[in-house]
Amino acid sequence: MAYKTAAAEPAAVPARAAAHPPRTNPRLPVKLPRRGGASTPWLYLAPALVVLAGLLVYPIYQLGLISLLEYTQAQVSGGEPTTFQGLGNYRTLLADSQFWQVLLATLVFAAACVLATLAVGCTLAVLLTRVRALPRLALMLAALGAWATPAITGSTVWVFLFDPDYGPVNRILRLGDFSWTYGRFSAFALVLFEVVWCSFPFVMVTVYAGIRAIPEEVLEAASLDGASAWRIWRSVMAPMLRPILVVVTIQSIIWDFKVFTQIYVMTNGGGIAGQNLVLNVYAYQKAFASSQYSLGSAIGVVMLLILLAVTLVHLRLLRRQGEEI
Amino acid sequence: MKLISRILATAATLALAGLTATACAPQTSDTGAQQDDKSGTLRIWLFQEVNNKPKQQVVDAAVAAFEKSHRGAEVEVEYIPVETRTQRIKAAFNDPKSAPDLIEYGNTDTAGYVKDGGLADITAEFGAWDEAEDTDPTAKQSVTVDGKIYGAPLFVGVRALYYRTDVFKDLGIEAPKTQDELITTAKRIHRAKPDLYGLAVGGAYTYGAMPFIWAHGGELAEESGGSYTSAIDSAAAQKGIKAYTSLFGDDNCPAAKCASMGGNATVTAFASGKAAMAIGGDFSHQAVEAGTVKGRYAVVPLPGLKAGEIAPAFAGGNNLGVLKSSSHRTLAVDLMKQLAGKETQGQLFDAMGFLPTYTDVRTEAAKKQPFVEPFIETLGAGAKFVPASPAWGRIDASLVLPTMFQEVVSGKKDVPAAAGDAAKKMNAAFTDAG
Repeated sequence: MAYKTAAAEPAAVPARAAAHPPRTNPRLPVKLPRRGGASTPWLYLAPALVVLAGLLVYPIYQLGLISLLEYTQAQVSGGEPTTFQGLGNYRTLLADSQFWQVLLATLVFAAACVLATLAVGCTLAVLLTRVRALPRLALMLAALGAWATPAITGSTVWVFLFDPDYGPVNRILRLGDFSWTYGRFSAFALVLFEVVWCSFPFVMVTVYAGIRAIPEEVLEAASLDGASAWRIWRSVMAPMLRPILVVVTIQSIIWDFKVFTQIYVMTNGGGIAGQNLVLNVYAYQKAFASSQYSLGSAIGVVMLLILLAVTLVHLRLLRRQGEEI
Repeated sequence: MKLISRILATAATLALAGLTATACAPQTSDTGAQQDDKSGTLRIWLFQEVNNKPKQQVVDAAVAAFEKSHRGAEVEVEYIPVETRTQRIKAAFNDPKSAPDLIEYGNTDTAGYVKDGGLADITAEFGAWDEAEDTDPTAKQSVTVDGKIYGAPLFVGVRALYYRTDVFKDLGIEAPKTQDELITTAKRIHRAKPDLYGLAVGGAYTYGAMPFIWAHGGELAEESGGSYTSAIDSAAAQKGIKAYTSLFGDDNCPAAKCASMGGNATVTAFASGKAAMAIGGDFSHQAVEAGTVKGRYAVVPLPGLKAGEIAPAFAGGNNLGVLKSSSHRTLAVDLMKQLAGKETQGQLFDAMGFLPTYTDVRTEAAKKQPFVEPFIETLGAGAKFVPASPAWGRIDASLVLPTMFQEVVSGKKDVPAAAGDAAKKMNAAFTDAG
């Protein structure tokens, strides 16, 4: 779904531009004379719509449907009949105090990950524009390496690096046999490091590409006026990069909200007594490990709604500031 | 905006049109068998062991014997990875067409698979089978749900106390005779040798912790009238939880490291020489032999409360079961008898060290391999089994008991609170399972 959002953004621009041509870009042709019937655009759109319906609408429809049923392994394999539960699964879920704890932890953790990823990614992107070719190449390669590493491999290596008995990190920091995964916050911090490590390259590369597209003279003028690096970023780059920053922020929110592998591998399926559970791992334990597919679907629907809400609020805030994206 | 809403409306219409053409409700399969062919290809799934070759040789010999005595029948054996067995077997229940006729499965899954409608009831065939008479009662219990039999036990696995003979000799101590002694010995060793865990324990090692609860007279759950109620918060069970969790701490096994350990981690710690004692299974023997402590350890039954008593162990192990969807039921049952019969079990013990489920075959085995003696003694003293309820799969998968131990060990809750919460979760699962 992360890809869908990214793909939808550019597509939305011409659609809206066509709806309000004078406001957005006067250079666009106002209206082309229509050739053919009203159905012609739909004909062109049909293939994409069919694929979208098949890949997106149908699974979400099934997810919603299953969340209203009693659907466990016994129902799937025909041991017992499937029954309609109405909102029963949602009631069970909302009455579960653990769900609320996990939800809160997920929100805070995802927010921390998004902020840290954006900060690291943007800082390094700016750094990339200011160093010579060789260090730039080295940084790029390191970032691409982190990007290309599968999450499960990265997580395993990080756990090993921070291992209380054999890990080099504790030795360098002289932490003795401090166990990172024992405390709730240190375990979340450890996972956060890994998440930032494997997701900052996307932010860095995208923002770097954006900075490259900013006309040199604008940045030069700013530095001639004596603006500091921070000031250039805040007053020149960030505003000009706004559309890119919106996309990477939304992408990061979606990714970090859905973190699974890192938590599952690094904290052994949710940490000591489930202290490091996030929604996705919680849903997995409910839906697959214990075969309560209907309850797992209900969690999935709740996650979908939260992500939609966050994304819509974010877009709405931006529009209110008078920016078209 | 208008355009977007129109796109959405059309997309929805298209989607609905697509849906009416296909299925609207989630799928439910019909696992009932339609026929009982007396010839053709039988498919069987067995677990892929770490060192599978010897198992394969025994199975191949048994299959050859079966094909010889059943003309026109062919057997296809597939070894499935243990880590993904749950998904594979669930998939087999969901899609009877590509399902095998016979499967090997972990014995704690019996009740769950029966509820899923996956296993065939073979009570009549099992009753008429002469060899089945010698099956030990706990093993038989592990294939029984509501008085009906859903498979044949293939082997049992049971845990006992591994200890380091060199460390004990060094400190001039003997193997512990009671549970109290076990705990004090563990702490004494850790005091004398701080780089060793006295007794390696794990917060996620449910089956290593259960003997402590059972030794104090506690139970996981109690059955009345076909339904189960959790008993994990009873006074006796709480004493057991307290005894087990008292082993976590800087005086034996530091909570920061041991709280997250499971059974394998404790055995690995012992095998690599980081622990003076560990609770390991007969199936851990190979791993310990391959470790650095080879030749410097011995095994005794895990002591009970009083000297001479043995703490009841959990009777793990695997069973063979015929799938309800099998279209070769008679042949599949015959093949099951061949593979889980006395002869094959005896050979499997020689090849793999799997403890036979027949009391007489087991006695023979102990004569050949003295190392299994403490395990057989433990089984003889009465091993226990998890509640035969379909809810057990869910309780196990949602980590109810590890969470309880970890809450106590990490100081988040005291024993009554943690046990009370675990009992609530177990009861919710029992109620849902009906």
